[in-house]
Amino acid sequence: MSRDRVKQLAVLFSTFFKIGLFTFGGGYAMLPLIEREVTERRRYISREQLTDILALSQAVPGAIAINSATLIGYTLYGRPGALAATLGVILPSFLIISLIAAFFSTFSENRFVKLAFAGIRAAVVALIGAAVLRVGRSSIRDAIGLALAVISTALVAFFSVSPIWVILGGAVAGLALYGVRPRKDNDQREESRP
Amino acid sequence: MIYLQLLYSFFKIGLFAFGGGYAMISMIQGEIELHGWLSASEFIDIIAISEMTPGPIAVNSATFVGFKVAGLGGSAAATLGVALPSLIIILSISGIYMRFQRKPLSRKIFYGVRPAVTGLVAAACIFVARTALLRSGLTFAQLGQSLLRPGDWLSLGGVAIAALSLVALKRKAHPILIIAGAAAAGILLGVFFPSLLPV
Repeated sequence: MSRDRVKQLAVLFSTFFKIGLFTFGGGYAMLPLIEREVTERRRYISREQLTDILALSQAVPGAIAINSATLIGYTLYGRPGALAATLGVILPSFLIISLIAAFFSTFSENRFVKLAFAGIRAAVVALIGAAVLRVGRSSIRDAIGLALAVISTALVAFFSVSPIWVILGGAVAGLALYGVRPRKDNDQREESRP
Repeated sequence: MIYLQLLYSFFKIGLFAFGGGYAMISMIQGEIELHGWLSASEFIDIIAISEMTPGPIAVNSATFVGFKVAGLGGSAAATLGVALPSLIIILSISGIYMRFQRKPLSRKIFYGVRPAVTGLVAAACIFVARTALLRSGLTFAQLGQSLLRPGDWLSLGGVAIAALSLVALKRKAHPILIIAGAAAAGILLGVFFPSLLPV
């Protein structure tokens, strides 16, 4: 590997390290920073390329942040690029969380910490509740979708069915039911979209 | 061996996780229950800390669960496990996948998978609500008897905090701000009205 290539990989790694270090709130919160760093500051790829990459990141399994880092790195410098970007985006989490986890047990028995977390747990209900609405709005198109979502919820929450089976079941249901889905006027437009 | 078990569990989670970090919570919860790794409230604390710290929630919670279960080696194994499927899939089939994505078959599959993912996120919400908002150790029979006295089975303080957080979220408040506010509310309630917020 040439010296130039090593330098390029180091810059790619540090760009994604920064993205991992400065985004709070998960993969979706990362997208604006990825866009700014990758298309504006570094000019690695065009905005259109990034749109394609983000769509693919959400379609393949795995965390969106990791998927998009891997894809951008791969597009730029092949496999070494994919590795450098992925390591970069993961490493801040790994370091920070390991540090917190190492010390968490020493103060988690403190009365005030316990009370604070009793409050925080209630807020987590709201954070995930908001995510249900967000994901639902973009994923559920019709009554069949709503029924599938309700059944999936019940299977996982009340019958302890493994989420993996629910995903696979959803795929089978999609294949079986796509033909009989309720059609709306704007379906034509939907069809032509990738 | 515990490291291999963590690697395998989180590899599975990464491999079937469509739709980002929140859908993964149900999967991680499933593995934790299966192996008896952590209690429900420990795991919810981990979710909360994963929200508060930078980085993807999936990676944060994998690292934290790994550390809790088996120390630094455990966190490395879990983090590697959750990232590997992405690397493998993208390095090997992204070209094919790009083309597949435009095929009707993929559209049909995702017509069913997307609602299922919504269900996973909703199940995660129910799981957290059960631990955070219900008083512990309550059976369904007792629940029926005391339905008219919600203070007996519900953490009223928790419900209030959850409702206020939801309103704040709708008004675009930052999640970190909401978590900080909820922590303060938890301490205040616990000190002045301990009966409203069971710990």
